[in-house]
Amino acid sequence: MEVPQDLKYTQEHEWIRVDGNKAVIGISEFAQDQLGDIVFVELPEVGSQIDQGSPFGVVESVKTVSDLYAPAGGKVISANKDLETNPEKINNAPYEGGWIVEIELSNEKDLESLLDADAYNEQCKNEME
Amino acid sequence: MSPETSSSLQTTPLIFIHKELKGKLIPFAGWKMPIQFQGVIREHQCVRDGVGIFDVSHMGEIEIQGPSAKSLVQKLMTNDIDSIQDNQALYTLMCLDNGGVVDDLLVHRFSEDHYFLCVNAANTEKDFQWILKNAGSFDVAICNNSQETSQLALQGKHSEVLLQKLCDVSLSEIRYYHFKKAKIHNFTGIIARTGYTGEDGFEVYLRAGDAENVFRAMLEVGKEFDLQPIGLGARDTLRMEMGYALYGNEINEESKPFEAGLGWVIKLDKQGFIGQAALRKQKDAGNSRKLIGVRLLDRGVPRPHYRVLKNGALVGELTSGTFSPSLNTGIGLCYVSPEYAEPGTKLEVEIRKLSVPAEVVKLPFLPTRVKKD
Repeated sequence: MEVPQDLKYTQEHEWIRVDGNKAVIGISEFAQDQLGDIVFVELPEVGSQIDQGSPFGVVESVKTVSDLYAPAGGKVISANKDLETNPEKINNAPYEGGWIVEIELSNEKDLESLLDADAYNEQCKNEME
Repeated sequence: MSPETSSSLQTTPLIFIHKELKGKLIPFAGWKMPIQFQGVIREHQCVRDGVGIFDVSHMGEIEIQGPSAKSLVQKLMTNDIDSIQDNQALYTLMCLDNGGVVDDLLVHRFSEDHYFLCVNAANTEKDFQWILKNAGSFDVAICNNSQETSQLALQGKHSEVLLQKLCDVSLSEIRYYHFKKAKIHNFTGIIARTGYTGEDGFEVYLRAGDAENVFRAMLEVGKEFDLQPIGLGARDTLRMEMGYALYGNEINEESKPFEAGLGWVIKLDKQGFIGQAALRKQKDAGNSRKLIGVRLLDRGVPRPHYRVLKNGALVGELTSGTFSPSLNTGIGLCYVSPEYAEPGTKLEVEIRKLSVPAEVVKLPFLPTRVKKD
């Protein structure tokens, strides 16, 4: 399972890629594998505020409905509209083409409570048992 | 349903293959079954475009044999056993006295005094007890062979040419809803031209101990046809596209089979069967609701129990719902009052807080491709 080193992760399997005061958010390869074929994504409105730890969208596979939890709080500056017609991008490229939203971070301190790649990898291993 | 612990789940003889093939195992009707292998969508398309193999060993097999076998089967079933001959199968219901549905099932006739039933996994014990209870003075032997029997399904247009490589009978001579005793990869079994997908295909009944060998042989021979193992997830999307009822969703002991569109398997004029009087009353009274197909006109995934509205007013709840890979849209089944049942009627399906536009469509959602005569 791919777990890129340059990202931070939540316990709920979201990843965040920080670039200055902006960040891109998606779900991990582990998450998409658990969910199965993704057929629907509910994105937040551009301009809306998302709060760390709160649900900001929904991702659905044929069998499951799953809330998306914000790794950090901020204002949504972009949402991946591509996912509305090609939700399978989350399965095929969870860290690239399958990105979900881009935000302007409200508080950099939010990032401190997140897992680094190794810690997240450990968590995934434990979940597999 | 009570929560199931890992230790209380049954497994089929194919559990080792499921694990080898990296099937995602989940609890289903008291069994540990694969919900998917490569992915529901890919598996669904594999059956629609080529051929897929299902482990359906969790289904139940009950045998009824003896001088009074036909009388008992006629008494239990809503459909008319006189309409089938040796080596033929019949889709039917078993109903309670009040017309509620005990199960939907297939009856296979070996001979006038020898039958086997294929019943839903969740209802196997219940059906067996029901049959015993009603067998009273009938001169029959009734056996629940489910533990000793495995069942595989091969479904898709390449099913016949694939299976022919492994069996000793001419499959082109087995007509739709007929079956034959045969040797599959040299193991004795029964091959029935039946299925739950709407494609041409076969359901193969084997001794439990032989199932793994046969499954492996099918996988080997199937390489030429890109045969894939198919999980329960795709089994559901496939049957949904056909508008087939699923016991527990569309029908149960409280439902009225005529409302479910199952009048065609209820032969009110045949000799006495359990539930006949109540069903005749239901038919005469007319349907106060009807099972319809619903298709979303916008993005979203409809699911069981989602509310169905007409101009904002509640008209029903989905009994089943899913994403249709063939239609690339959401589909569902729902009971509504007859005035909303006309194909083309515009409705809304409530998905979380959104009212998603939908319309009533005639079933099946996709044309069937079973090999009818």
